[in-house]
Amino acid sequence: DGSEDNGEGSAVETEETAKGTDKGRKRATPRTRRAHARGRDRHGDEEDEDDEDGTRRAGHRRHRNRRRGRAAGNEASDSDMEPAKARKNEANQKSKEDDEEDEDEKGSKSGKGKNEKKGDKKSDKKGKKEKANKKKKDKKKSGSGSDSESEEEPITEEELAKLKEEVEEKKKLIATLRNKPWKMKKKLSVLKEAQLFVEKFEGALGKGKGKKFYAYKVMMTKKWMKFQRDFENFKTACIPWEMKIKEIESHFGSSVASYFIFLRWMYGINMILFGLTFGLVMVPEALMGKPYGSLPRKTVPRAEEATAMNFATLWDFSGFAQYSVLFYGYYNNQRTIGWLKFRMPLSYFLVGVGSIGYSFMIVTRTMAKNANDDGGGDDTSFNFSWKMFTSWDYLIGNPETADNKFASITTSFKEAIVEEQESRKEENIHLTRFLRVLANFLALCTLAGSGYLIFFVVRRSQQFALEGLENYGWWERNEVNTVMSLLGMFCPTLFDVISSLENYHPRIALRWQLGRIFALFLGNLYTFIIALVDEINLKARYLLPFTMFDMLLGNIEELQIVKYNMTIWEASLYNGTIPANSTAPPIQVDPADVPRGPCWETMVGQEFVRLTVSDMMTTYITILIGDFLRAVFVRFFNYCWCWDLEYGFPSYSEFDISGNVLGLIFNQGMIWMGSFYAPCLPAINVFRLHTSMYLQCWAVMCCNVPQERVFKASRSNNFYMAMLLFILFLSTLPAVYTIVSIPPSFDCGPFSGKTRMFEVISETLEHDFPSWFGKVFGYASNPGLILPFILLMVLSIYYLNATSKSYKEANLELKKKLQ
Amino acid sequence: GAMGGSASLIPRDLLGEYQELTFLSKQEILLAYKRFSELLPKEEKDNACSARVPKSQILTLPELRANPFQHRICHVFSTSETGDDSMSFEDFLDMLSVFSDSATSDIKSHYAFRIFDFDDDGTLDRKDLEQLVNCLTGQGEESRLSSAEMEQLIQNVRPAGQGTAPPGPRHGAHSSPSPQILEESDIDKDGTINLAEFQHVVSRSPDFASSFKIVL
Repeated sequence: DGSEDNGEGSAVETEETAKGTDKGRKRATPRTRRAHARGRDRHGDEEDEDDEDGTRRAGHRRHRNRRRGRAAGNEASDSDMEPAKARKNEANQKSKEDDEEDEDEKGSKSGKGKNEKKGDKKSDKKGKKEKANKKKKDKKKSGSGSDSESEEEPITEEELAKLKEEVEEKKKLIATLRNKPWKMKKKLSVLKEAQLFVEKFEGALGKGKGKKFYAYKVMMTKKWMKFQRDFENFKTACIPWEMKIKEIESHFGSSVASYFIFLRWMYGINMILFGLTFGLVMVPEALMGKPYGSLPRKTVPRAEEATAMNFATLWDFSGFAQYSVLFYGYYNNQRTIGWLKFRMPLSYFLVGVGSIGYSFMIVTRTMAKNANDDGGGDDTSFNFSWKMFTSWDYLIGNPETADNKFASITTSFKEAIVEEQESRKEENIHLTRFLRVLANFLALCTLAGSGYLIFFVVRRSQQFALEGLENYGWWERNEVNTVMSLLGMFCPTLFDVISSLENYHPRIALRWQLGRIFALFLGNLYTFIIALVDEINLKARYLLPFTMFDMLLGNIEELQIVKYNMTIWEASLYNGTIPANSTAPPIQVDPADVPRGPCWETMVGQEFVRLTVSDMMTTYITILIGDFLRAVFVRFFNYCWCWDLEYGFPSYSEFDISGNVLGLIFNQGMIWMGSFYAPCLPAINVFRLHTSMYLQCWAVMCCNVPQERVFKASRSNNFYMAMLLFILFLSTLPAVYTIVSIPPSFDCGPFSGKTRMFEVISETLEHDFPSWFGKVFGYASNPGLILPFILLMVLSIYYLNATSKSYKEANLELKKKLQ
Repeated sequence: GAMGGSASLIPRDLLGEYQELTFLSKQEILLAYKRFSELLPKEEKDNACSARVPKSQILTLPELRANPFQHRICHVFSTSETGDDSMSFEDFLDMLSVFSDSATSDIKSHYAFRIFDFDDDGTLDRKDLEQLVNCLTGQGEESRLSSAEMEQLIQNVRPAGQGTAPPGPRHGAHSSPSPQILEESDIDKDGTINLAEFQHVVSRSPDFASSFKIVL
């Protein structure tokens, strides 16, 4: 609002200035004196606190001189700045006696005297001062000439340029003021000063024809600044969970907070994936696709109808859930749907590929940004100084955390001293090395053991499957999942114990821990996938007439058999009712009764959804039991127990950063792997992340204690990202493989009827683009062109790598020269 | 009326100026105002912008409660003329701005230096470093460093006087056997660390900017 009248204001001001000079002439003595006093005490105020900034002084003086000329005008211009005035009055009070002394002195003299005092200031300032004096004289002359407009005339082009420069300088000062280590009062006064200066002179600058335009420009810049500031405020207000995370950060330090920041980042990505699948796949299909029950693939088969709505079935994501937009199989292979002619199969394909591409892009981009942020620090040269000057984490607000931090700093000091003293003692190093090797050996054993256990369990489950699961109880049916969850729960604890042997710095220890659990989870996941493929094959062999294994080999004979069977069935239908008559209308058969081929895509999607949901449940139950109930037990049974529970054996749990981070990463891997077959997966994941944000924030604040060895996690974020990238790569491998080299199921999903899923692209090219485009595309996708292109990319990567290396070396060289 | 009430108590243009002069957003300034006026006694709540909060009250803030440098922080940011380290709202904002997320590491290190400069003489000398180590190791007896360890840590070696300092590249990373802080940071070898040296060292630290922050 203030900026709006600025353009006008400057115009008005000049007018008022003119009036002011007239009035000032008439009752010269009191006015000038007062103006002079004001100008001077501003000056004095400034001098109290500030000696080092000479840059704005000359401008200020000029400004002051000008002010004297139009004391009356000042009244008006100041009236809209009450706080400024109040501040000035305060200052007035302060330097009153000072004023009394030199009151009779003329303004120019005092200004001169002050300037001479500051003889050590920049040389150009003197010039400015002289100019200011000259200008003042000019002003006096013009004042006696009593022509209001002529006051500004004496400003030459050169002076104008100078003035412009000064205004720019002031503007820069305003922009960088927050970087100055001054007190707020001083900053405020400097800001006021600079703003006034800019306001006054900006109007004067654009004298003549450009004035209006200039004023408009100034106004617009102000508005733009205001808008930017508002937008910044809005943006910070939009970041979700900021306060929650800050609170956690202040209680538990940055390492725990880094997990929550990572979780929030992940939530953002999943929101976008969800938006893509929901907006471009699920909603169009639900709105414009053929309704439920119109096609066999969109209908629950007769055999399952009875149980299709049972809760247990739905919970298992079969029944109605299976035959809905949630899964791949429900989608029809119609090229366009609805009045919009929405290309459903194409959209499905592009969303699948696009979400993978987007994820790759965003992860690598974030990694590059993080690398930029924390690049450069040479690790060892200021080791001790850093320990001393930067080891305290100012975010810590909890006395208990602070105690832990004190302890950890002390130990780190002591460790460093001892390490320095005993750096030449070999035995110690040998022992550490031995322990570290031993620890790695133990970790490997654990990994191998867990791998074997999963292998064993999977084998058993296959046997159960062969004999029919109906004969077995709950345990046998869920053995694989349970064993995997248990392994995921207990192995990390084991690794934790092992890592205490190694005696690393906690930040490095966290990485080892992360790496080990990463290997564990990865092994488990891939064993699980192999098991899944095997199981599908098994089921297929016994329940269905063909196997995935055969499909992998490209053996479609058995598919032919299924299709043949279906034709026979159709034929018998015709034969049984009406005598052969090709013109007869097709017989109405309920789609539920139509026999159908297997839909392995939906099966895979279902497995991933089930896995995600059970993983979510396990996490929540672990939090409730492992953290909450434990905390409640420790808290309340401590009154009537024979030892101190809070500090003794069970105690409260710490927040398990590594486990949680990895859980998040692997969960995301499953989402990436499965979302092509189950478009609902991102939605489920968004829900999961959302709830776990609240649940874990609550759990960490109410039942966890800060870690014993608090440490900062500034750079492990990129470590998380690297793992995420690795998982992304691993999880897109199978998805891409299936897209490129496995024929889709022939009677379900958007790609049925094609030999490969990606054929949807060539189909679109053929139908929706002019023929030349297809030709160009055909040439472009020729191996003869693609191979050289890949070669070119490899070469450019090599080149960039080489240049970055040489830059790094140059950097090191320069650093050496600096020291 | 807690929501609208706190917002309307800072004049609009002053709020804008505060945003211009600090690294804080509008919300953060309003929150700071709220927290600040909570520290005031009831009768002063209306003119929180001009009131001063005594140091003892400031130290009850949970954000500062556990900080070993709490007294120094109050001292450095206070503009009180009587030297009681009381804080006005503007001092409070200054403090939060320096400790905020978006403050530059330059200004952070400037204030860090002043916080660590216990005797306010403009350099970090041996005494300052000793006090700093004592602050960092906490109050507990068992966590204190022994005097020998302290000596080792901040040994005030003047290479010019002793002539023991290895010539050439002093910060030769692994090769340098002397752990002393002064050895590392005191570039001009005058026995103390001045602001420029301090900023040089600290600006290279990977996690200084991320740890030197306080959030309300």
